[in-house]
Parts: sequence; structure tokens; C-alpha cells
Amino acid sequence: MIRSAGAILRKDLRLEVRTKESVPAMVLFVVVVYVLFHFGLDRDTLSGDLASGVLWVTLLLSAILGVNRLFAAEQLDGILLAPIDRTAVWLAKATALFIYLVAVQIVAIPAFALLLLGPGLDPGIVPILLLADIGLAATGALVAGLASETRARDLIVPLLLLPLLMPVLIAAARATTPLFDGPDGDLGRWLGLLGLYDLVFVLVSIAVFDYLLED
Amino acid sequence: MPEAPALELDGLERHYGDRPALSGVSLSLPAGQTLGVFGSNGAGKSTLLRVLATLLRPHGGTARVLGAELPKEAWKVRGRVGYLGHEPLLYPQLSAEENLAFHARLHGVAPARAKELIDQVGLALRANDPVRELSRGMIQRLSAARAVLHDPLLLLLDEPRAGLDPAAADLLDPLIGAASGRTRVVVSHDPATPCDLALGLRGGSQVSLGTPDPAKLRELYT
Amino acid sequence: MFGKRLLPLAIATAVGIGLTLALVFFYAPNDADQGFVQKIFYVHVPMAIVALFGFMAAGIMAVKHLRTGDQRWDMRSYVAIHMSIILGVGVLVTGSIWARAAWGHWWVWDEPQLVSFLIVFLLYCVYYPLRFSIEDRERQARYSSVFAIVAGAFVPLNFIAVRLAETFTHPRVLGTTAGGMPGSMRFTFIVALISMTLLFITLMKLELTSKRASDQLKRLRRKLEAQAASA
Repeated sequence: MIRSAGAILRKDLRLEVRTKESVPAMVLFVVVVYVLFHFGLDRDTLSGDLASGVLWVTLLLSAILGVNRLFAAEQLDGILLAPIDRTAVWLAKATALFIYLVAVQIVAIPAFALLLLGPGLDPGIVPILLLADIGLAATGALVAGLASETRARDLIVPLLLLPLLMPVLIAAARATTPLFDGPDGDLGRWLGLLGLYDLVFVLVSIAVFDYLLED
Repeated sequence: MPEAPALELDGLERHYGDRPALSGVSLSLPAGQTLGVFGSNGAGKSTLLRVLATLLRPHGGTARVLGAELPKEAWKVRGRVGYLGHEPLLYPQLSAEENLAFHARLHGVAPARAKELIDQVGLALRANDPVRELSRGMIQRLSAARAVLHDPLLLLLDEPRAGLDPAAADLLDPLIGAASGRTRVVVSHDPATPCDLALGLRGGSQVSLGTPDPAKLRELYT
Repeated sequence: MFGKRLLPLAIATAVGIGLTLALVFFYAPNDADQGFVQKIFYVHVPMAIVALFGFMAAGIMAVKHLRTGDQRWDMRSYVAIHMSIILGVGVLVTGSIWARAAWGHWWVWDEPQLVSFLIVFLLYCVYYPLRFSIEDRERQARYSSVFAIVAGAFVPLNFIAVRLAETFTHPRVLGTTAGGMPGSMRFTFIVALISMTLLFITLMKLELTSKRASDQLKRLRRKLEAQAASA
């Protein structure tokens, strides 16, 4: 399964490098939303829970763009004809989304610090980002599969994805608040919640994803 | 011991919602022979092909493909059938070679085989061009190469000559023609298509089965 | 047939609801802090509990559907979600009335159960657009079941997350342990919970029976049309 997932992933990354459909659009979206927040809140700098909320809501919304494109260029029948475990499709798509999210954040987090963040950037944010990205990627690939056969894919993806990501938002936003000069919190609790979320959604996806592909 | 038939269908059914797309298809095809599937548009030819390729599950009756029962043993069938449908199942942004290399990896086939096939279908000079820049006939040739990449025992072909000039069709003959020695199911609009057994479909139902007779098959299209 | 057991079930439900109302108005004491308005608790909380269990039961039915391929399990899962959504509207409305009466606001964010419920409710609302934008009936059933399983697993996870996040600033009458409740309140609450469960099951069976009848009607009509066409 790892080998076939690797083949699909390499193909997806090659397509992304060539067409540049997902990552650049997501980066652009994130920066535009930061500017929107600057004017919408009429603030030059943010700190504490407000900064944390703005950062995470923006990242979550940008994930929708990536999820929407995840199956758009796929020639699924060609993959389904091969003698491979079908969960490999989910694994490849989730990994691709994870890589896109990390790539977006490498630009988006410094951009956030530059444009909106009052206090300096704390490297402590990295583990929070990575744990949240795993959950986002697992759930995102599952939702992309669920919405891929519906008539109104663009509509279903955000409606389905955003409520499902609510625990990620809660945990990630609370965990980053102290890093942005907010009141101290219980970091272990929020990392634990993110880990639990990742575990549940990885397992659920592995259990149900095949059923989306058989016909 | 006589060899088991490559294809054994009994009362095969498939519907979309309430509408039957295929019903009561029963036949047996010995290994190495060619089954021609004839019928007008919407007669269920492509549905039959997709069921045999394990892309659609049968909803009734039994289907044994290469000795494996569908849909229970579909995983045994995958990797042993080659499918050439209406869609080329290629990525337009990737080159011919990258496309075949991807499928080779999925099927566990050596990458050298992909190169060899590109030569065989006459695309050696265009191997590094993205597929979106190839002509329709070239894409069909590449798609045929994709279908036989893993050396399948059974070929499922949906109008394989569509968009090909005679020279290109000759080029593909050793791969997907009768000369390939593979068991084949060929969907065609041309009643004169050579085959060993001819299946006539109308409105999803089997209306004739037997030795091909172009005059009789022509009636299916009226 | 479902129809046979429907009548005794409906009678039991009616008796249960009658008994609950009698207990709520004449037996259960007025709450010391909140007075009469606290009695909405006997509707609000059982409704929320039954709706949540309905959502999770729909997930289990969906598992059965995917395991067996039996379409009737998908229908049950669908009806369970449908009924839970209807109860969910009731939960949000009664919760809002209660919040207004107790704290003077139509909505309070520091009531973790209610906030969790809102998130769950919003998620399950997407079940309808998802289900009805898939045309092929078999695929519709399969995708709906996958949704029901994913959402069913999400319900407890979401409760944990929201519970961790809220700070419990408001004193709440209904602790998760029934220990803080006087005996008469607890008895009334249990009767109300049983009646609400009965109501849920009755409504589900009723809906399933009518769905099955209309399906049969459709099939018969199609048969007749086919006969008329061939005659």
C-alpha cells in the first residue's frame, strides 16, 4: 500500500509543480484575508487570542481551496483498475494535502508575523502547526472523497469541512494564544486534543474510504 | 482438462437508480477468443465493459471473469484485465512517458516496459511531450499502450479504432488486435468487426448471441 | 411489517407523554433559583440526549448498511438522522428560551453542551445537501452511510473539545451527575427521558412505514404502466 500510495503522491506533486493550481492560490488567499482582517478589525497589530483566532480561521479557510482541488485532476478509473489497496488513494491524497499545507504555512506564518503580529514569532508554534496539519489533511482528504461525486462539490466541501474542523480550531487557537503574548494556558491539554483528533480521523478514514471508491 | 472459460456470465444485471442498464446477459467465452459486442447508443455496451473491468459492480446474476467471481473476487481480476474505454485515463499535464511510468508503478511493472511500449506505438519522438499536446489518434495509441502495460490476459476494448488512421490501427494490431493472442471483448459500431462470438444488445437486454453475421447485426442499429 | 407494532407503541408514547406532563406540572418541585421556567429542562435535556443518541445510532445503522449492503439499514440511518435533526431544532429553541429566562440572553456561549450541540447540528444539516446531490441511488446510500459514520465518530470528539474549551463560569443546575438533583426531580426527568425515547422510536417507525408504503406504490404504478404499455 505504501508503494502505490507513493506512486500516486509523486504523480500528484509533479502535477502540482507543473500546473501550480493549489499552493500558490492558497498562499495568495491567506495574504488577502490578512489584509481583509487588517481593515475589517481596523488594527495594525494583533496579539493574544485575537491574533491566534485570525491566524487559524484564515488557515482553515485556505485549506478549503486545497481540498476542493484534491480530486479535480484525478483520473480515478485508471487507479482503480490497478491491483492496489484502495486506502492508498486516501493516504496519497492526505499526504499531498499535508505537504501543500506545510508549504503554504512556510510563507503564510512569516507573512502573518510581518503584517499583523505585534509580538515576535515564537518557534513553539511549529509542533502545533504540524499536529493540526495532520488532522486537517486526514479530514480534508476524506471530505474531498465524500464530495467528489456530488453535483455541488464546491458547496459541500466547506459546509462539511468547517464543522468537522471545529475541534482543531479550538485546540490550535488555544494552544497558540500564549505564544502571541496571551495569558498562559495548558499547552499539553491542547496538543493532546489535537493528537486525539488526528488519531480518530486517520482511523475513521482508513475504515470508510474504500466505500467511497467502489461502484 | 479443458481450460475454464475466460468469461462466464449468467443473467448479468446492472441498473442506474431504477433504470436497468443491463439485464439478462448470459454467455461463455473460451480463452483466446474474441467477443464482439454490438448495439446502438445506450444499448448497454459500455456498461457491460465497465462491469467486466470491475469498475461497476453487477447488481444481479453471476459473472466470472478469468475464473474469479464478481464482485467478491474483483481484486483477483484487477491487474489481469486491460481496459481501453472512451476516456484515455491519462493526465494531460504529464508526458507520455510519465503517464506510462505512473501506471507501471501502480501495476508493479518495470519502467523499461513503458519505454518499450512507447516505441511500439510509434510515439518515441513525442515521449517527453505533455499528453495535452498530442493529437487524438496519438492519445488513443498511448492509451492502448497503457491498457496492455501489465500484459493482461483479457482485453476490454471500447471502439479501439476510434480516431485512428489505418496505419496507426495496424500499429496497434499486435498489441490489442486478434493477433495479440489475448482473450478480447470488443465493443463496436461496425457490424463487420471480426470476432468469434457476437453479442447483440438492445435497451440493455441480450437480443442475440452466436456466430457473427454482419447482415443480422446491422438490424441492431435500426 | 412495521405497521403492526406501531399502534401499541403509539399508545405507550401517548401515555408516557401524558404522565410526563402531569409529573412536570404537579409533582416536580419548582427550582429554588430559577423557579417555574426551570421546568423547560424536562423537555430540553431529554430531547438533546435522544437526538445525540439518534445521531450515533444512525452511525451504527450505517455501519450495518456498509457491512451487509442491505438498503433498509441506509433508510433507517437516514430516518434516524432526520428525526434527530427535527428534535435538534427543538433543543436549540428550548435552550434559547431557557437561556433568556435564566440569564437574560437568547444565546450563551459558555454553556458547553449547548455549544457542542450547535456544532453537531450544523454538521448534520449538511447530510441533506450531500444525500440529495447524488443521483445514483446505490451510491447515494453508500456516501450517506460514510457521512453518518464519520459524523457519528465526530459527536463525542466534539463534546470533549468544547468541554475542554469552556471555563464553566456559570453555575449550572444540571450537572452531568444526577446526584445534585432531588429525588422527585430525578424521577420526573427519567420518566421524561423514557417518553422522549418512545416518541423518537414511534416517529421513526411511522416515517419508515410511510416511506415503505410510498415505495411500494411507486413500484406498483410502474408495473401497471408497463402492463398498459405492452397491452
